[in-house]
Amino acid sequence: MAAFEPVLLQRLNKPECKTLEGYRADGGYRTLTRALKEMSPDQVTTVVKDAGLRGRGGAGFPTGLKWTFLPKGNSGPVYLCVNCDESEPCTFNNRYLIECDPHQVLEGIILASYAIRARVAYFYVRYEYGTGTRTMQRAIDELYAAGLLGKNILGTDFSLDVFVHRGAAAYICGEETGLIESLEGRRAWPRIKPPFPAIEGAFRKPTIVNNPETLANVVHIVERGGEWFKSLGVPPDPKNPRDAGSYGSKLYCISGHVNRPGIIELPMGVTLRELLEVHGGGVWKGRKAKGAIPGGNSMGICTEPEFDIPLDFNGPGKVGCLGLGTAAVTVFDETTSIVDVLHNICRFFAHESCGQCTPCREGTAWMLKIVERIKRGQGRLEDLSILEEVADKIGIMPGTTICGLADGAGWPVKTAIRKYRDEFKAYLREGTPKGGTSSGMRLSMAAGH
Amino acid sequence: MSQHHGPKPVSPHAAKVPAGPLPAEIREKIVELLGRYPSKQAVTLPALHLTQDRLRCVPPWAVVEIADLLDLSPAEVHDTLSFYGFFRPATDPLGKKRLWICRSLACALRGADQILDEAAHKLGVEVGGTTADGAITLELAECIGACEGAPACMVDDEHFHHIDQDGVLDKLVGELRQA
Repeated sequence: MAAFEPVLLQRLNKPECKTLEGYRADGGYRTLTRALKEMSPDQVTTVVKDAGLRGRGGAGFPTGLKWTFLPKGNSGPVYLCVNCDESEPCTFNNRYLIECDPHQVLEGIILASYAIRARVAYFYVRYEYGTGTRTMQRAIDELYAAGLLGKNILGTDFSLDVFVHRGAAAYICGEETGLIESLEGRRAWPRIKPPFPAIEGAFRKPTIVNNPETLANVVHIVERGGEWFKSLGVPPDPKNPRDAGSYGSKLYCISGHVNRPGIIELPMGVTLRELLEVHGGGVWKGRKAKGAIPGGNSMGICTEPEFDIPLDFNGPGKVGCLGLGTAAVTVFDETTSIVDVLHNICRFFAHESCGQCTPCREGTAWMLKIVERIKRGQGRLEDLSILEEVADKIGIMPGTTICGLADGAGWPVKTAIRKYRDEFKAYLREGTPKGGTSSGMRLSMAAGH
Repeated sequence: MSQHHGPKPVSPHAAKVPAGPLPAEIREKIVELLGRYPSKQAVTLPALHLTQDRLRCVPPWAVVEIADLLDLSPAEVHDTLSFYGFFRPATDPLGKKRLWICRSLACALRGADQILDEAAHKLGVEVGGTTADGAITLELAECIGACEGAPACMVDDEHFHHIDQDGVLDKLVGELRQA
C-alpha cells in the first residue's frame, strides 16, 4: 500500500505557511475563492453532506446533515461556534491544527459560515491553548487586513466576522450547549435538548457547533470532492443499516507509556495495535502493554488483546468502549495498576462535573471516594458492584442527566471492572497492587481537588 | 463545588491588591468588546480575563464595575465568576506567575503526581498556594492538552514539556522567581 500523504497535517513542517502570504503561496484560500465565486451556500453543504464527513469532536455526527437542520427560510442571524475547547484527556489534535496551520482552520471556518449563512463565527478556545490562541488571532488580523474577513469578502456580498473567545479552564465547555452558555457569559451548564443548537443555540438563534478538525476537513472536501474523501477510511458496515461509515483521515494522538508519543494523520480505521507498534514506536522500556484508552478518558478502557480493533467510528464499540471519541490513544504498560488508572480517571470526572445534575455531581464524587478507598487498601469486595451500579445509572443513556459527561465518567469504571475484575479482586484481597509496588501514580488529595 | 470550610486565611501578598476603580484602558477594552456580541452579558468572561490578567484576581469592587458596564447585577457576574475555579478572590490572588502542573492520565503515567509534590516542596507552598514573595502560585491542572510532552506544565497559558527531565523544573522555577 502506498504511504498515505497527510492532508490536514501537510503543512506541519512548513512554518512559513502560518502567515497568510505563505499559506497562499502553498495554494491556500484557492478553494475558498472558487467556492465564493462559483458555488451557492447550499452546494457547499451538499458536497460536505455527500462526502459523509462526520464530526471529529467525539460524537461523530454527520456534519453536512447537521448543517441542513438549520431552519429553512430563516431571516435572522445564524452563528457558527467553533468548539476548540478540546479538553478530553489525552487529546491535542486541534492544538496542532491551530498552532501549525491556523489558516487551514480559518479557511474551513469561512467556508462553513458561507454554507450555513452565518455572518459571525465565534472561535471558542480553551484557555490552556495560549500559543494557539495568539497564532489564530494573528491569522485573523491578517485576514481582515487582506479583505478575506469583514465586509464583502473577495468582492462578493458575503461578509463574516470571526471573534476569538477564550474559555476559563472548564472541561464542560466542550459540551456544545455548555459552550454556548459559557459564550453567553453564564456558568457553563449544558442545556436540555431539544431544542438542538441548530434550531436554538447561541443567543437563542440557530447555531452550528463544529470542531476545528472537522472544519479543516471541509476545505479539502470542497477542493477535491466527496469521492476523493470517500476513497479514504472505512465504508459503512453493510450489516449495520445505521452506520454512516468512517470516511476520510483522522488525526490520531498517542501518549502514555509509548516510545514515541505524538500525533499522526492516517486514514480512518488503523488498528490500535498498528498505531502503537508502528507509529508510537511500541511500549516503552521494552515492556508489554496492559491496556489503553482508545479515544480519551470517557471512552472506557480496552485490554491489550483487544488492540486489534480498528480506530474508526465502530471499532471501539465492538469491545465495549463508548466509541471512537477523540481518537486519542493513551497506553499503559503491564507494571501499571489498573486501580491507579481508574483512580486517575475518576478524579478527573469528579473534578470536572459541572454540578448541575445531581446523579453526575454525586455519582462522580462517590465513584472517586470508593476507588480511593480501594486504592488505600480499605476496599471491600462489594465496592465493585456498587461502582458498577453507580456507573450504570448516571448519564443520558439511563436518562438521568442533561449531558453525556456522566456517561463518559461511568464508562471507564464499567469497562475497567468488567475487563480487569481479577486484578481488582486481588488488590482488594491484598490491599496493594500485585507485586506490592505501585507505578508511582498515587493518592493525591491535594488542595484544589 | 465548594470545598472550603469557614473563611480562608488571607494570603500574605493579598494586601498588594489595589483598590478600584479598574484602570481606564481595561474599562475601554471591555466597552470595545460589546460590539462583538448581541448581548452585553457575553462580555462577562472576556471582562473577567482582562481584570484578572491585570490584578491577578477579581476583587468584589471589580465585579460591581463589570456588572455596571454590562448592565447586569453584580450577582449575575459573580454567578459566572464562581463557576470557574480559574478566577481568584482578592483574599487569595495569583502570584506574578501561575505554574500549573498537569495531573491527568497521560502525565500521571509519566510521574506527574511526584512532580507536583516536588514542586510544592521546592516552592515551600501547598498546591493552590503562592510563595511568600508573591512570585509564583502553584496549581494542579486537569489535562492541558500537551500529552505528547508528558509530564507537562503551564506557566500562565504557555506549555512546557518533559518537566521530569533533569533540571528542567529547577530551571523553570528559577526563571519564574526572577520574572
